[in-house]
Amino acid sequence: MARRPAEEVNAGSMADIAFLLLIFFLVTTTIETDQGINRKLPQIQPDQVDPPPIKKKNIFIVLINQNEQLLVEDEIMQIGDLREAAVAFLDNGGGTGEEACNYCQGAADPESSDNPIKAVISVQSDRQTKYGTYIAVQNELVAAYNQLRDRAANRLYGVSFTQMEDNYNDPSWNGDKVKLEEKIKRIQDMFPMKLSEAEPKMN
Amino acid sequence: MARFNKKKSSETPAVSTASLPDIVFILLFFFMVATTMRQTNLMVENTLPYADQVEKLDKKDLVSYIYVGEPSKRYQATYGTEARMQLNDKYASISEVQDFIYSERAAMRPELVPFLTVSLKVDKDANMGIVSDIKQELRKAEALKINYTTREGDATQNL
Repeated sequence: MARRPAEEVNAGSMADIAFLLLIFFLVTTTIETDQGINRKLPQIQPDQVDPPPIKKKNIFIVLINQNEQLLVEDEIMQIGDLREAAVAFLDNGGGTGEEACNYCQGAADPESSDNPIKAVISVQSDRQTKYGTYIAVQNELVAAYNQLRDRAANRLYGVSFTQMEDNYNDPSWNGDKVKLEEKIKRIQDMFPMKLSEAEPKMN
Repeated sequence: MARFNKKKSSETPAVSTASLPDIVFILLFFFMVATTMRQTNLMVENTLPYADQVEKLDKKDLVSYIYVGEPSKRYQATYGTEARMQLNDKYASISEVQDFIYSERAAMRPELVPFLTVSLKVDKDANMGIVSDIKQELRKAEALKINYTTREGDATQNL
């Protein structure tokens, strides 16, 4: 007897099975949005330690109240103007002698900061302040630092600071990472990010 | 000759769907590779704020998540609408943050412990009060590396 050829298996429902799996994965997984603003919290200080003396003109105070309004250096400000004001403050370079800043391009106003190394930005929020507003303020201040760092990096190395950081964090980038780290460190030393946060005020 | 003519059919043949499973499998593999399993069931509203000065948070095994926001709709009858914090799969009080950090550290390889980053996934409508309480607890637990996790976009949309 001649062998009958094997019957073909109907694969029509295979698509349905695969669709079922696909939909299961679509529902149970998320494309992660893991990006954000990195910050390092200060260590808890033992009590009764005198804070280091900082001249008043070297502090840039940003207050946020519960109605999402900003008070920057005793003046009401819109959030759109904050970046510019922070850049002007950091880049002022009003110091003389030892505190002079030779890479600043600001107005050198003696009433504003001496040197980016000395300048501190203090953010104070209310307990009722919305988190979204707080993040917007943080974002603008980080943007101000990034703007200045980009400028310095472009001048010194012909590449922006954010690009340098991206390269540094990119495992497939084939360049000299040790050298790059040194460059990043140098830029960071020129414009150290000094963001101080006070405890939110009780109402 | 009639034998050959028999094969000719006037109807158009059905479109073959044999390759459809392959196409769907390709889609399936794409999603399996590009996504990660949801680790926790969110019990809070979690609309993250926008920011554009963001850095990527790589190495998921070094990251612990703290969620803050209003309780989800189905829990509001029990827990009200005041923003709450979620650790792992349940609501937690502020005092549990330190224990959470210690248990996260215990689960990590010892040489990686200093690189632990805490990702704060906070709803944009939450108050700063609870956020700063959490930050204070994190300082006590000496988990100093934090990340305000955001969506990428223009920060003025938060207002």
